[in-house]
Amino acid sequence: MSRHRVWVYGDNVNTDVIFPGKYTYTLKSPEEIAARALEDLDPAFTAGAEPGDVIVAGFNWGCGSSREQAVTAVKYRGVPAILASSFSGLYFRNCINQGIRPIVLPGLSAVVQTGDFIEIAGDFVLAAGVRYSIPPLSVTAQAILDAGGLTPMLQKRFRGEITPLTGIGGGE
Amino acid sequence: MTGWTFAEKALARAAGVDAVRAGDVLDVRPDLIFSHDNTAAIRRIFEQIGAPRLARPDRMAITLDHAAPAPTSQHAANHAEIRRFVADHGVAHFFEVGRGICHQVISEEALILPGETIFGSDSHTTHFGWMGAFGMGVGRTEMAALWATGALWIRVPEAVQIVLEGRLQPGVTAKDVCLRLLGDLGMTGGQYRSIEFAGAGVASLPLDERPVIPNMMAEFGAMNAYFPPDEVVFAALNARRTRDYAPLYPDADADYAERHRLDVSAVEPLVALPHQPDHVVPVAQAQGKPVDQAFIGTCTGARYSDLAAAAQVVRGRRLRSRLIVIPASSEVLEQAARSGVLLDLIAAGAAVASPGCGPCMGNHLGVPAPNEATISTGSRNFRGRMGTADAPIYLSNPYVAAASAVTGCITHPGEFL
Repeated sequence: MSRHRVWVYGDNVNTDVIFPGKYTYTLKSPEEIAARALEDLDPAFTAGAEPGDVIVAGFNWGCGSSREQAVTAVKYRGVPAILASSFSGLYFRNCINQGIRPIVLPGLSAVVQTGDFIEIAGDFVLAAGVRYSIPPLSVTAQAILDAGGLTPMLQKRFRGEITPLTGIGGGE
Repeated sequence: MTGWTFAEKALARAAGVDAVRAGDVLDVRPDLIFSHDNTAAIRRIFEQIGAPRLARPDRMAITLDHAAPAPTSQHAANHAEIRRFVADHGVAHFFEVGRGICHQVISEEALILPGETIFGSDSHTTHFGWMGAFGMGVGRTEMAALWATGALWIRVPEAVQIVLEGRLQPGVTAKDVCLRLLGDLGMTGGQYRSIEFAGAGVASLPLDERPVIPNMMAEFGAMNAYFPPDEVVFAALNARRTRDYAPLYPDADADYAERHRLDVSAVEPLVALPHQPDHVVPVAQAQGKPVDQAFIGTCTGARYSDLAAAAQVVRGRRLRSRLIVIPASSEVLEQAARSGVLLDLIAAGAAVASPGCGPCMGNHLGVPAPNEATISTGSRNFRGRMGTADAPIYLSNPYVAAASAVTGCITHPGEFL
């Protein structure tokens, strides 16, 4: 179990405000990208997010563009998990593939406020004195997350350290 | 047992298995994958992965479109890196600066066909539903994995059916149908779902306008979107295709999570207000709001019919706001040049730029100043989308955008048609 400060946001937060498109072909390093995280949504986060903080959001977090830097930006601020009522499909997949944990918990954003602390365990979250069960990921998604993301998983495969599994890309 | 949705049929085919159901997770081998200006960044991930070579360079397409021609030396260096990659690895289909927007170019070139599966590192890859292909956007890491292995893990989506009936009124386009759906159903109803259209209203849509709806189903949260392909679609592709294909149609008793119905003959010109594409109102409710520039462009608003619609409105008139016109492809530009549409636009004072994405995501060619309002035929009006956080963006069809350029404020196109 780990304790985390939360930043709380509403519904339909899109990737343009998480990481503006105008930077998408010029900022390259994860550190440069992370320095712009949430720039057009919440400058307080951009200036003040600390490693270990987590984001708690409403429905459809990460809608809009497929730009993966919207995950990179948050990940390299040291955010280990994003908890949302729901995620856009692309953002959810980008989280799994980058090894940052997407936790679907409808309604959590209504019971906590920015600056509160929550506790996260393997299969539940404690927030405002209430225990919320975390729904399990698919076997495939969990395997990629456990490997630290899709890139580390494929690195192991191409080094011959693991046998391809059906459902993780490149299985036979 | 119920029948199969389009998504179930298409992904079973792409995975090389007999049958799949919504919720199954499987490896899919797409018929074509593509990337654009993000190719250099994907190359860096690909090199980390350590694959010896590209799995299928013969089934890869790359366009330079998102910031093209390059606006800065950094963007130019990015393009140069992509050209080296294409040459080093023998990527089969490469389209230079000026050829146009990825979705439009790949469609024109018939590089993907009905019943096939296409993944692009671009959220609007749902676009290819116009021809009955399974098109899905992926992230950069996923595209690198596809380069390395030729396959990607997919959870087969549930499906939603939307039946279109009737025929569009004059001055109304497929953009309005899409805005009506977003206004009615919101931005989350399609989340991780296959949006499968049906009904006589599909065939009544002009071919040139059809891509708008599956493309903008990305704003509905869709994983993919689908129009049942008809003879008009086949005729457009048959002239250029280099392989055979077999279109797919969902079964009449397919299992849909939801069903919706829309009479397109009742749809009027609409506007999406800042800062969400589902903040949709009739033009009358936004009438008179000042606009500093109108933008006829992007993968949802710069085909020939869009340029012709704008030309019809501005022909012989003077403009009160800036009008930026960026055709979706070089073929669109050529057609507009031959027909006289381009001359009408230029004579009215439009700024016409090289085919590509233009200012859609704030890279160049029409980024607004703070507090300047834009009316755009694009797909997204999120805060900061066009590069300036405090610059409101309205979305509309090309008639409304052009009429607004004439008057300098949001205007119903009726009096101009």
